[in-house]
Amino acid sequence: MIFTIAGKELRSLFASPLAWLVLTVVQVILGYGFLKRLDDFLQIQSQLARLASPPGVTELVAAPTYATAAAVLLFAVPLLAMRMIAEERRNQTMTLLLSAPISMTEIVIGKFVGLTAFLLLIVLQVLVMPLMLATSTVLDFGLLGTLTLALLLLAAGFAAVGLYASSLTTQPVAAALIAFGLLLAMLFAGETAGDTLRARGWPVPAALAQVFSPLRNFEPLGKGIIDSYAIACALLLAAGFLVLTVRRLDGQRLRG
Amino acid sequence: MIPDDPALTVCARGLSRRFNSHIAVDALDLDLRRGEILGLLGPNGAGKTTTMQMLTGNIAPSAGEIRICSFDLLEVPARAKACIGYLPETPPLYRELNVGEYLHLAARLHRVAGNRRDAAVAQVIRRCGLKEVSRKLIGSLSKGYQQRVGIAQAIVHEPDIIILDEPTVGLDPNQILEIRALIRELGEKHSVILSTHILQEVEAVCDRVQIMHHGKMVFSDTVAGLRATHNGRSVNIILRQPPAIAVLRDIAGIESVDDEGAGRFRIRFAPGADPTATLVGRAGTENWGLQQLAPAQTSLEEVFVQLTRDEVAQ
Repeated sequence: MIFTIAGKELRSLFASPLAWLVLTVVQVILGYGFLKRLDDFLQIQSQLARLASPPGVTELVAAPTYATAAAVLLFAVPLLAMRMIAEERRNQTMTLLLSAPISMTEIVIGKFVGLTAFLLLIVLQVLVMPLMLATSTVLDFGLLGTLTLALLLLAAGFAAVGLYASSLTTQPVAAALIAFGLLLAMLFAGETAGDTLRARGWPVPAALAQVFSPLRNFEPLGKGIIDSYAIACALLLAAGFLVLTVRRLDGQRLRG
Repeated sequence: MIPDDPALTVCARGLSRRFNSHIAVDALDLDLRRGEILGLLGPNGAGKTTTMQMLTGNIAPSAGEIRICSFDLLEVPARAKACIGYLPETPPLYRELNVGEYLHLAARLHRVAGNRRDAAVAQVIRRCGLKEVSRKLIGSLSKGYQQRVGIAQAIVHEPDIIILDEPTVGLDPNQILEIRALIRELGEKHSVILSTHILQEVEAVCDRVQIMHHGKMVFSDTVAGLRATHNGRSVNIILRQPPAIAVLRDIAGIESVDDEGAGRFRIRFAPGADPTATLVGRAGTENWGLQQLAPAQTSLEEVFVQLTRDEVAQ
């Protein structure tokens, strides 16, 4: 049932020009950045060769591309997620899902899976670019793997936040702004809160604050380090906002 | 307490719903028997839509219990909802899907098994007359077709109970007749709850009628029973040389006469009596100059106006 809803969401996304536009714009931005970095890398390659253990192409070209992709997702996900619940409520199509023998959790997870599947496409778009270099050079597939995992986890977290924002209002644009605001707030406040708490000598709250700091969770994987705590935090963020979304929609059934 | 009667497909007791301080539905009881078409009637804002939203699990009641095909809607919502097909006031249509895709989606959401899904969709397309538009986008269909797709969505999984909220609003007269015929056909195998504020619709399709007013159920009877017992019939009559009003009142079988001026009278018959022939006969022999004799409002209309009059007075 989750996949039925996920499939429906995917179909609706592709039926709108927005999804195609997002895919195109992301490809243009990342493609340009990737080629620029590749160009720079080729220019300094001879100097790098003189170093004892020079950083490879994966580190110097692929990793920054993934960082750019993370920044692009910050804008793209709120736009893609904004309609998922807000518009269903505004057009009163949510009734079809609510009247069917499906639980609210299944509805929310279905929408989340649909959105994440779409974001997986963007992640693959990013992955394809460094993979093209594999024909002519040696890639660090381990680093490429953790980078891809990091981006996917980040996308899933953003998707859950976007979905929650979409459940707060019936205006899709307002939902996008809320999602964007929440994500920005987390990027800044989550980071600072963690540092401040740690500086005060409170390691446990600081560790918990890391849940709300998606970029901090991105960093270790981005360097090729499989940090299970960072992965757990990223998953917790997504799960937390999905629970909030379910609760929000159940609350609307009770009160609204 | 809820009686455990297998013939009852929907049974609601003490159903209430408040929105902040406003009470939309107040301690409502509702029963629906198998193979029955129930008309839920009431002025705008009487709580019909809220009642239907509660029966279909779209909003939770503030108090009361609902049993759908002997499943408790609040305890086992999935089992209960599987027995219901619901067409809300605004059909829940995805404009970007075509009719076939949309009905397949509705069938999947209602857990129609994969091997029966194609047949179920094909059947419902035939039944609702959607064959020629089955590959068109829903957003491009006319209102009448969209309404039919809405009904198709509600019946694709062959539910025991079909709940239709104002299914004929915004349709042209031909479409209204078609939809009514479809509802009557559905009523043969399924139980149907139909909300409307069109009285002819209730008389045309329903077996039983419940009237709501200010969130309360103020009337419940069969349409036939209503016709037979309640109030009797009324006629409007126009006489060019009317007799004294007392003469009309004295005719056997006439309960009351209202003089509406210019020779126009509104005559209400006693329950079960039909003095039309006497009236016409005496109009001829006594030369009252009978100009027009027409049935007045139906009995249902009278009941409706009586029960919901304070709305008008406000």
